[in-house]
Order: sequence, then C-alpha cells, then structure tokens
Amino acid sequence: MGMDIDMPRCTGCKLCQIVCSVTNFGENNPKKAGIRIVSKLFTEARYEVIVCDQCGECIDACPFDAIGLASGVVTINQELCTNCGVCVDACPNGALFTHPAVDHPIKCVLCGECERFCPRGVLGALAASGKGEVAD
Amino acid sequence: MYGYAGNILRVDLSSGRVSHEPLTEELVHNYIGGRGFGAYYVYKEVPPGADPYGPHNILVFASGPFAGLFLPSGAKTSISAKSPATGLYGDSNVGGHLAGELKYAGIDALIVGGKAKAPSYLLIDDDRIEIRPADHLWGLGAIKTEEVLKEELGDEFQIATIGPAGENGVVFACINHDFGRQAGRCGMGAVMGSKNLKAIAVRGTRSVPVADIDGLKDVAGVMFRELMEDPSLKVWQDLGLAQVTTWANSIAALPTRNFRQNFYEAVDGLSGELMKETIVVGDKACFACPMATGKLCKASFRGKTVLVEGPEYETTALIGSNCALKSIEEVAFANYVCDELGLDTISAGNAVAFAMECFEKGIITKDDTGGIEARFGSLDAFCDLVQKIAAREGIGDLLAKGVAGAAEVWGEESRRIAIHVKGLEWSGYESRGAPSMMLAYMTCDIGAHHNRAWSVTHDIAVGRDIIKGKAAKVVEFQHVRPLFDCFGVCRLQWVELGLPLEHYAKLYPVVTGRDDSWEDLLVKSERIWNLTRAFAVREREDFGRADDWPPRRFYEESVPDGPVAGFRITAEDLDVLLDEYYEARGWDSNGRPKVDTLTRLGLEHVASELHKMGRIT
Repeated sequence: MGMDIDMPRCTGCKLCQIVCSVTNFGENNPKKAGIRIVSKLFTEARYEVIVCDQCGECIDACPFDAIGLASGVVTINQELCTNCGVCVDACPNGALFTHPAVDHPIKCVLCGECERFCPRGVLGALAASGKGEVAD
Repeated sequence: MYGYAGNILRVDLSSGRVSHEPLTEELVHNYIGGRGFGAYYVYKEVPPGADPYGPHNILVFASGPFAGLFLPSGAKTSISAKSPATGLYGDSNVGGHLAGELKYAGIDALIVGGKAKAPSYLLIDDDRIEIRPADHLWGLGAIKTEEVLKEELGDEFQIATIGPAGENGVVFACINHDFGRQAGRCGMGAVMGSKNLKAIAVRGTRSVPVADIDGLKDVAGVMFRELMEDPSLKVWQDLGLAQVTTWANSIAALPTRNFRQNFYEAVDGLSGELMKETIVVGDKACFACPMATGKLCKASFRGKTVLVEGPEYETTALIGSNCALKSIEEVAFANYVCDELGLDTISAGNAVAFAMECFEKGIITKDDTGGIEARFGSLDAFCDLVQKIAAREGIGDLLAKGVAGAAEVWGEESRRIAIHVKGLEWSGYESRGAPSMMLAYMTCDIGAHHNRAWSVTHDIAVGRDIIKGKAAKVVEFQHVRPLFDCFGVCRLQWVELGLPLEHYAKLYPVVTGRDDSWEDLLVKSERIWNLTRAFAVREREDFGRADDWPPRRFYEESVPDGPVAGFRITAEDLDVLLDEYYEARGWDSNGRPKVDTLTRLGLEHVASELHKMGRIT
C-alpha cells in the first residue's frame, strides 16, 4: 500500500497539492500534482483525499507497457507514455490526473513531501513494511 | 511578471464585452496587488457622485503576488468598490481558495462593470469566459447557490456568490465563498447584486511564475516549520478564532447589548471551549494554512438542524453578546441564517442589537417591528429581523440601510446609539477603554472596522488611560496590516502565531524578483491609504474631521460594569487623538491630505485634481 490516509482530519487546505507541484514540477500549480483534495462539504461536512495507493491496476491497463514498478513505486515511463488516458480511466481511485500542459498523466511518486508538510498528519506514515507493495 | 498572472480581466455586464489588459509595471510597482489594485481602479474609474448601485460603479476582485503559492495561507482576495454603506471607497477580503484560482486562470484582477440585463453568473474556465443566465439561481441562498453551481460545474471551480440580501441591495450584504467564508464588509454583495451578478465561478490550470523557486521553498519551508513547531498552533487548530471571545471579555472589549457594555456576564455560554465540546464537527482551512481556524458546526433551532462554518469571533461578538444571545449554538444558527441570506454578520448583529435597544428604550414599538418582540436575548427576534432585512420588508427595509440609515428615521436619541463610523457598523472591539483602538476605528478608511489597525493590545501594554502618543502606533499598524491585503496573504500567522515580518520581507523578492525593502513596501501601503482617503475627499465637499467621529454613546457614557467599570473617554480626548493622528499623517486639521503629502507619496495627479477642486491645500 501507499500512504495511510486519515480523511476526517483533512481540513481541505490543499497544502499537499501545492507542495507536490513545487517539489515535482518546480512550479506553483496545485493542478500539477499527484494528489487532490475534493470538497464533500455540502453533503458530508468533510474533505476527501485522492492519491495513488500503489495498487498497480494501471500497470496491467496500460496498452503501451509504460507503467511499471521503479524502486517499488508505480511509475509512468514518460518516454513510452502516449497520454492515451486508459490508465486514468482504469484507476479505481481516480488518482491519475491529467493536465493540459503535461503530456502524461500525473500520479504520486511517493516523494513524501505532502506527508512532511501536512499540518494535520492526514497523510500518515509511509509504513516501511508497506512501501512499494503492490496489492493483489 | 513574477508572482503575478500578468493579466487584468475586464467584464462589462451591460454590453457583455470581455477584454484582457496586460498588468502594468506601474500598477505593480505602486500598488502591489489586492487592496492596492482595488484602490487604484476604484479611484481611477468610479466617477465622483456615481451611484454605488449604478452601472458606473465597478467591483474589483484582486489577488496579490503571494496568493496561490507555496507559502502559508496565500488565500486572500480583496473585493473593492464604491461602498453603498459609506458612499466612499470600500473593500473587504475573503479567504478560502478563490485568490489562487483566479491566478491559475491567468487573472490578477477581475474588474466587473455595468449591469447585466437579467440575472447572470460569470464563468471563467482558463481562457473560456462566459456570462451565463442565472435565473435558476436568483433568489437562492448564498450557500445553496454555491452548492448548485458545484454540482453543475464540478468541485474544481471556486465560486463566489450572493444571497437574497445582495440581490435586494442591503447595504451590508456580503459575498460568500467556499461554503462559509465571506467578504463581509462594506456591502460588496449589494454592489454585485446591483449588477445582476449572482455568482462568479473560476477554474484555472496555469502555473504562477516566481523569480526564485528555490528561494521560495527555503523561506516558505522555514515559515511552515516555525508554524508547525509552535506549541500554540494546536490551540488555533482546536478552537480557531472562537478562543478570542473569553479573552475579549476579560479585557473589557466584548461588545455587549449594542455596545452599552464591554463585558458579558453570560460569556461562558459563548466560549470557544463550549463550542468545541458541543457543536463543532470538523475543522476547515483556507489555502495552504496550517491553522485551520474554520470550524464546521451543527446547530438546531425551530426544529431545523443546519451545518454552518463558524461562528468565528466577530460573529460571536456582534450576534452573540451584542444581541445577548445565551448559547454558542444559538449564535451558530444565527450565523447560518445570515450566511444563507448573504448578510455580513458584523453589521447584521449591529443592526439587530440597535433595533433591540431602540425597542427597549421605546424609540420603536411593535408597530414599527411588524409585531416582532425585539428583545435582547431573543434568537426568534434575531431570525425574524434579519429575514425582514434581507427581504427589505417593513422594519427590515429601514435596517437594510444600516444603523446610520435607520437612525435618520428613528431620530436623535437613536443616533446617539447607532454604532458606526462613516456608515459602516462597528466590529468586535468596544473601545472606550482602549483609546488607540478607538482611534483605529475612527480613522479606518472603510468605516468602523478593526482590520487595518488592531491596536487594543497596544493600549493594554502601554496604559489604557493614556491618550497622548498613541496615534503613531495606529498609523504604523495602518501601514503594516494592509500590506497583507495587498500581498493576498492572511496575516493571522503573523498576528497570532508571531511569524516574524522578516519572513514576509524575504518572500517578496524571491516571489517577485523586485528589490523593494520592507520600508519601501510600507511607503506603498501609505500611498494606498492616502489614495482611499483622497477618494473620500474628492467624493464629498464636506468630507472631513466629522466623518472620523465615533457615536456619542462612546464619549457620553462611561463603561457601566466589568473590569474597566467607570472608565470613560471624553470628546476632548478624541480631539487629541485626531490632532496627533492628522499631524502624523501629514493631513490638515480637517483630516484632508496636504498637497505635499500626496506629492511625497507619488500621488501628484491626485494632489493636482483635489487642489484644482479646492479640496486640499
């Protein structure tokens, strides 16, 4: 599994999205991020955190063999990726994101920066034992 | 331009014309962003004498260079216009997620002018900009409108809406955003309603360029670390601004029963601790803010249970103690009613408390209230009165003009206790025992609001009975604090958790690539302060010292009870405060900026205009 997520504690600040963008793209743009906070305020008084849990379904789904494990992390090979979008549709968590200025889907690379900065410890410990494990 | 999207978006609702203008070096250099942009455009484009509800008024939504970036809480959008409450320059800012979204959509400032022929909302989806019909939204509550638009457009859209109060032109109608955040003050919602604009919805996908991304990561990293390591952060996360209520009471500053008192004997029922124990169901933050002062609460009344964001301190002070409500749950419910109607809770609390005191004194009766038993402590009366205000029905039509407007009709005795300056109702600090705070309210450019100079702690530190020497501190605050509104960043991290100002001074060059020192930035803030004052001087031939005067209650009645019982401030004291203040500002004894002062601040064109009009010397 990837990150343990404690959703009721999330306050919707989206610091995770902006730190992801700054870290992985060197840009200030929360849409260029491998994580999303979705508001469920009107119906459930809470926020939802959407991020890859490294389940690996996209690996099998990719028609171009562009997704695989790299150092235990489900990773998109940008050389092989055609941005066809099959993986985006296949992801059971909706955790692969498209961006008009990026020519491949964006996903969590387990860099850990969002976890480090989350003020509420929502994005919990990257359990050493679980890191990189691909669920069946 | 680093730190900016580089564009001004102009929407003329009368013609439906949408146009872009490049952000200019002159604008950025002189006015920074946010409130500075608002002041610049409102002074330049709203002609003297323009009807605040007319097509010639403009509504400016402006972020600033820090908004939407990786740093603590770059979340603030300033919304500016000629205020229907004061007839002068007005602005109000809102947190949440709108400021960044505007920049991601490529917009530093959105200027809305004209008036749509029919109810409309503005859609901004990167480069796609459409004025869309809003017939299905007109009449809906402000929060409900956001919910409907989120369903239609998707959660990624950031939405600002008005409620029925804004549609109906209540002078203290607010603009709602992000479920429960408001640009509350100065009637910006009424200006929006007068343009037939029910909502704006924004989504953007662009990056905001900064001059030195590694430098930003370094400075912001230190700021986040200091915030996270501060032991008091948890108290803010737990209680938010609700913790201020008992403190304000303990220092005798809590508005109580229409500001008759500054100490509420029943404050325990309104405490932040009780709120957390009884009604809080979740915490909510603005963009990239570790403090998460937003508290989602459930409250029930009249068989209805509602979810509301808040109450925060100001709401608790003005609706709670000032209307003498008994419990924080009652305040939370009243907060919900105001939010949905689209009423500023500060002014609404003032208006209802004013009506309650007038009712108590027999200035008005049930004949005037339409049968409402308008007694202090009655949530029923509160809800009934604000419904009438939003609908502009009966007594509500009078109160919809603010306490100053209602007092014009209810007569001299009511004018004495109509708590406002320049037509804007007083916010949450009763200041008879805090002369610098009193001066801050008197001289705040938008009317009686605390945000420009929150100096009550200065009074406590140097002596509450001291008058002389306090003006300088007010001036200092009036330059420092509005800088945050120009940057598009929240100031609570500095005010409450003590993040040093040096961090913000370091952020400015790494974000913008500009070499302005902190002192240079303060001069820009002083320029903006003088420009909004110049707007008032240009607007009204008789504008001057009398407009900086507080209601008579504050210098004719001593504090009746509480920690500073017997305390009083005299009209002579107020004159001393004003004399020192005008001197410190380089204004004449009537409170008008001198030609030399405006010239020193690079406002030669303003000096020349006002001089030609015979308004300044």
